[in-house]
Amino acid sequence: MIHSLFLISNAGDLFLEKHWKSVISRSVCDYFFEAREKAVEPDNVPPVIRTPHHYLINIYREKIFFVSVIQTEVPPLFVIEFLHRVAETFQDYFGECSETTIKDNVVIVYELLEEMLDNGFPLATESNILKELIRPPTILRSMVNTITGSSNVGETLPTGQLSTIPWRRAGVKYTSNEAYFDVVEEIDAILDKSGTAVFAEIQGVIDACVKLSGMPDLTLSFMNPRLLDDVSFHPCVRYKRWESERVISFIPPDGNFQLMSYHISAQNLVAIPVYVKQNISFFETGSSGRLDITVGPKQTMGKTLECLVVTVHMPKVVLSANLSATQGTYNYDPVTKILVWDIGKLNPQKLPNLKGSLSLQSGAPKPEENPSLNIDLKIQQLAISGLKVNRLDVYGEKYKPFKGVKYVTKAGKFQVRT
Amino acid sequence: MSLSYSCNGHICENLLVMDSFVRFLKEREQEQLIKILSFLFYIFRHDDLKEMLDSNKDSLKLEAMKRIVAMIARGKNASDLFPAVVKNVACKNIEVKKLVYVYLVRYAEEQQDLALLSISTFQRGLKDPNQLIRASALRVLSSIRVTIIVPIMMLAIKEAASDMSPYVRKTAAHAIPKLHSLDPEQKDQLIEVIEKLLADKTTLVAGSVVMAFEEVCPDRIDLIHKNYRKLCNLLIDVEEWGQVVIINMLTRYARTQFLNPNVNVSITHMCEKKRKPYVMDPDHRLLLRNTKPLLQSRNAAVVMAVAQLYFHLAPKAEVGIIAKALGMFEPYLKSFYIRSTDPTQIKILKLEVLTNLANEANISTILREFQTYIKSMDKDFVAASIQAIGRCATNIGEVRDTCLNGLVQLLSNRDELVVAESVVVIKKLLQMQPEQHSDIIKHMAKLIDNIQVPMARASILWLIGEYCEHVPKIAPDVLRKMAKSFTNEEDIVKLQIINLAAKLYLTNSKQTKLLTQYVLNLAKYDQNYDIRDRARFIRQLIVPTDKSGALNKYAKKLFLALKPAPVLESPFKDRDHFQLGSLSHLLNAKAAGYQELPDWPESAPDPSVRNVEVKDSVCAERTVLTGPEGAGVLLLQTTRGSSNIASGSDESGSGSESEESREETESEEEEEDEEEEKKKRKKLDKTKAKKQAEESAERCAIHTIHQIRTIAPSGSIKMYELLHRITGEGLAVEYCFSRQPFSPDPNMVAVQIQFTNNTNSETKNLHIEDPRLQSGMRIREFAEIGLQPTGESVTVVMGIDFCDSTQAANFQLCTHTRKFFVSIQPPVGELMTPTFLTENNFKKEQGERTSAHSRFNTHSCPTDCSFSSKHLSFFSSYVVVTPPPPPSAPVYRFAGKTVSSGCLVLVTVTTKEGGGAQLTVNCEKMVIGTMLVKDILQALSQ
Repeated sequence: MIHSLFLISNAGDLFLEKHWKSVISRSVCDYFFEAREKAVEPDNVPPVIRTPHHYLINIYREKIFFVSVIQTEVPPLFVIEFLHRVAETFQDYFGECSETTIKDNVVIVYELLEEMLDNGFPLATESNILKELIRPPTILRSMVNTITGSSNVGETLPTGQLSTIPWRRAGVKYTSNEAYFDVVEEIDAILDKSGTAVFAEIQGVIDACVKLSGMPDLTLSFMNPRLLDDVSFHPCVRYKRWESERVISFIPPDGNFQLMSYHISAQNLVAIPVYVKQNISFFETGSSGRLDITVGPKQTMGKTLECLVVTVHMPKVVLSANLSATQGTYNYDPVTKILVWDIGKLNPQKLPNLKGSLSLQSGAPKPEENPSLNIDLKIQQLAISGLKVNRLDVYGEKYKPFKGVKYVTKAGKFQVRT
Repeated sequence: MSLSYSCNGHICENLLVMDSFVRFLKEREQEQLIKILSFLFYIFRHDDLKEMLDSNKDSLKLEAMKRIVAMIARGKNASDLFPAVVKNVACKNIEVKKLVYVYLVRYAEEQQDLALLSISTFQRGLKDPNQLIRASALRVLSSIRVTIIVPIMMLAIKEAASDMSPYVRKTAAHAIPKLHSLDPEQKDQLIEVIEKLLADKTTLVAGSVVMAFEEVCPDRIDLIHKNYRKLCNLLIDVEEWGQVVIINMLTRYARTQFLNPNVNVSITHMCEKKRKPYVMDPDHRLLLRNTKPLLQSRNAAVVMAVAQLYFHLAPKAEVGIIAKALGMFEPYLKSFYIRSTDPTQIKILKLEVLTNLANEANISTILREFQTYIKSMDKDFVAASIQAIGRCATNIGEVRDTCLNGLVQLLSNRDELVVAESVVVIKKLLQMQPEQHSDIIKHMAKLIDNIQVPMARASILWLIGEYCEHVPKIAPDVLRKMAKSFTNEEDIVKLQIINLAAKLYLTNSKQTKLLTQYVLNLAKYDQNYDIRDRARFIRQLIVPTDKSGALNKYAKKLFLALKPAPVLESPFKDRDHFQLGSLSHLLNAKAAGYQELPDWPESAPDPSVRNVEVKDSVCAERTVLTGPEGAGVLLLQTTRGSSNIASGSDESGSGSESEESREETESEEEEEDEEEEKKKRKKLDKTKAKKQAEESAERCAIHTIHQIRTIAPSGSIKMYELLHRITGEGLAVEYCFSRQPFSPDPNMVAVQIQFTNNTNSETKNLHIEDPRLQSGMRIREFAEIGLQPTGESVTVVMGIDFCDSTQAANFQLCTHTRKFFVSIQPPVGELMTPTFLTENNFKKEQGERTSAHSRFNTHSCPTDCSFSSKHLSFFSSYVVVTPPPPPSAPVYRFAGKTVSSGCLVLVTVTTKEGGGAQLTVNCEKMVIGTMLVKDILQALSQ
């Protein structure tokens, strides 16, 4: 299955290699570099690259390419999904998954990779099992270890490995028992020139932070479960209970995990919380253009829009932008050709506006197409789909935990065509 | 150079060596000196690390190993440290040890001799009481790619495969493909291990062993039969990566074993008499039902695996359920609208989906969407969009004109790539109905002055040549221009100019004769072979000379034949024959190790091969075999060995909790399917291990849950009396040989004992005491039955190792008040279990056992009727053997092996014409052989 893994930074620096079978020379990555160069944007690198003797399957995450080497038939999604799991594990262990943290923790990274695959086949990918085998680094622990000489490596088989619920370890104890759930929804939408939605759907996840002692059995129910038509669950959730009763019944992993993700499709009417009035034009003569963008609230259910950001990928010929914003700050990067207007909190009384002129490369033909706008936003205390958690019940343990639910709506891939 | 490898690592010593070396070299030239100095630096550069590794402090060793591993991670060569590192393989500090393992696995291949020094440490590790250490010793041992240790690895794998810890067994499964790739000759032995591990009942092992199966012997479908239902039922609890592998394997399995659920509609009328109405095999249904919930998995690879399973195996009507998970069909059209920020390959794929979804109803929406794409800044994507419009136009006649007009507008686009792509697509569209579009052809003829993209120029020229009759005035003029620029054109354009010239010569030779000659002359001296050849060929064909042959007459027909309109095809076509979701499917090329998805069989292979109960295995009449529904059937779960019962500890407690809740819902479903699956008659009764102190935490993990299955007494299994109701003073005891493997000890014969309490008081503390056995024989008692109420029956299973003899096992059966002497004597047939052998293997094995003392013949059986199915059932009920693979030939073969020593027993019955049969038994154990012959003859003559 997975033969080797190479980590390559966005700048093209190959900074980690790991082999699970015999060693494959890192020169195999030359094929990757070739494809990388051809693709221009890192996102455009084909996920599967064929070389004379190997196949390279890669993902791009946190400015790092995870390039795996394959020699025989394997479902590509299997590898891609595994690589993402590797990245998530790093994030889980080091707080972030970046070139620096990986380089700083290279030994732990190596120990993790050793445990995650055996002969190229996944062995332990469950975070809670890994944490018993290899303890995540903390300042306190590394201090204690240097003094006492004890190690970061577990000496016994994690209890989860043999249990039918590998995601939870035995003997969890907390002085205060808490369970928090974050309902996070992202709106993916395409608005056309006139501002009407060509397409809109909601991608939601429920992130959980459960710190409960012993072996609690939880049941989470919704006020309106019928909203969810396409769901996928953490392995701890019992499918059958969902199918028959529309409740989420599970024995939770310890700590942070993603309980479920769901999808509310285009058929349901999706509320669009923001409208954009825009006018971008390039003149036939004079190598210049005009830009005028106003953003206003639409269906916000009485909540405020926060962290509002408008991003525009300008055509190559735009050299600079001379604009003025009534609110927030703007920045145009002439190298990447990206205009970012960071608005912040939206004030419905006084709508923010960005206006001014663009200067183009002289002599170049005017761009065919106007650039589309990408919107970022955040609404606290609201799940835009209207999904509401009804209650959380704890079975199997006697204590009364502290429970909490938080709702957030964000813009996902939210694009306005111009 | 040996001087450099002093491992003591004392810098001063090395410096001395260096010093003398340098002095020696002083006479040499300067350049070489520098070279050699850098080489010396290379030799001594890791001295500090070596010193740290040699120290007594674990912390220093750890620090050194960490630095070495960091070097490995960066791809730096650290192989010269091998001797210093390998010494620490037995280090007490577990982190040091693990890092040494990492190092060893990386460099062992390069330093084979030194690597051998570490082997004994791993061999010791394999015996460690800590299962994690056993497992990691096996992991490293099997990862060291040194051929000399293959026999050691083989032995280690075999032992680990019967380890008590499922985690170690899982590691054994992982080691199988490692050994196989190191030494493919071990295949046969490894297959045996795979077979053994396939029978494992724990979810932990299932995924890994199927993975090993797929790598080592994916064609041995026969190994799956007996485990098929178990794998289906375990699937939901297997970890996600294992699920993917198992689902993919079962997809292939199902294609060989079941009938195509979609075929009956079309074929029934053709051969109505033969074909029975299609009924889905319950096992086929079981697979579809058990995989469906996995569509909700968080792991995309699992969802994809289920989706492809439904795509390849489900009846058409049911394939729809995967559409939501994958978002494949029409209602989800808008989900495939493209954002400018999507990566190019995603854009192209979305475009492909949109094009395939286009129909009369939605085409106008889709075309409007496509129009926005054409303005994109990503030119590759624009080109793909134009092609997509072309495909929509060919597929949906109604919009052809709309599309064509749209494309013609694009011809005035500023971007040349857009124009070029449009030209190519328009050319193909025009070919479908050229008469109506001569104005478009004219328009395109004008474009030739401006378009520079060779493919587009070639397309226009071809179009003008092909339809020169529609543009009689323009065509010669175009040729004139082309003749001028001929030498500067690209090859594909040149070829089309020659083509155009030839066609015009044939239709309008008056105006174009000279031009054509001129073009052909230019082509004659072209640098390109193809162009020169083409020119020569065309000249011979069209210009009449005295030498030119018969073909000349047909030149017009040849060149201006009506050509079929091209079909605009998807670039993703032609990959249907690959299994969906596979690497080969993605690349549209067979990757190494790809297993073809077989076609459905014409007629279903024998479904009974998947039956697990032995008695089911001979005849396929299921009705006979199914015992009274659920009667007395128990599935006992006990923990292994009495000493470990207490240490079930946390994980088994928690495990069964979650299992239970799943069980509840599952049993509901079972009720629904009861009619479908009458054979399903399991009910689980769990004896939960009590939670106790965690004193033996080490041991607790070793315990395994074994399932001892007791079977329902049915007609085919004979009950023997152990204690009569009268002698037992109201306690009646019967026993039978359940013919199930006795899982706590595979070398024991399982004896199922049924106690019936006919007294009017409770019987307490039923247990066994004082067994008197022949030497070598062993007995495994059943757990004491604490309390047996009046009138109730209790069934337990005990194991006896008879050492392959028919000697009786004597023991005392004790209640709280009385003791009874009893004995169990097995008929010879009960000392065997069936094994599966292919016909060839059977013959091979038989060939090895032909000597006088291992072969027992009778010339004729005293049967006067022909060997009938009645006798077959005799074999099944008495001698426990496996059926002959195809029972078609008049030769019946039965293979079994003795339970205790695993010695093969082969029975061959050759029927003779006109009745009678010859019986041959091949077995190395003389006593068993003779007794078996006697018993069989006796039974046959009854």
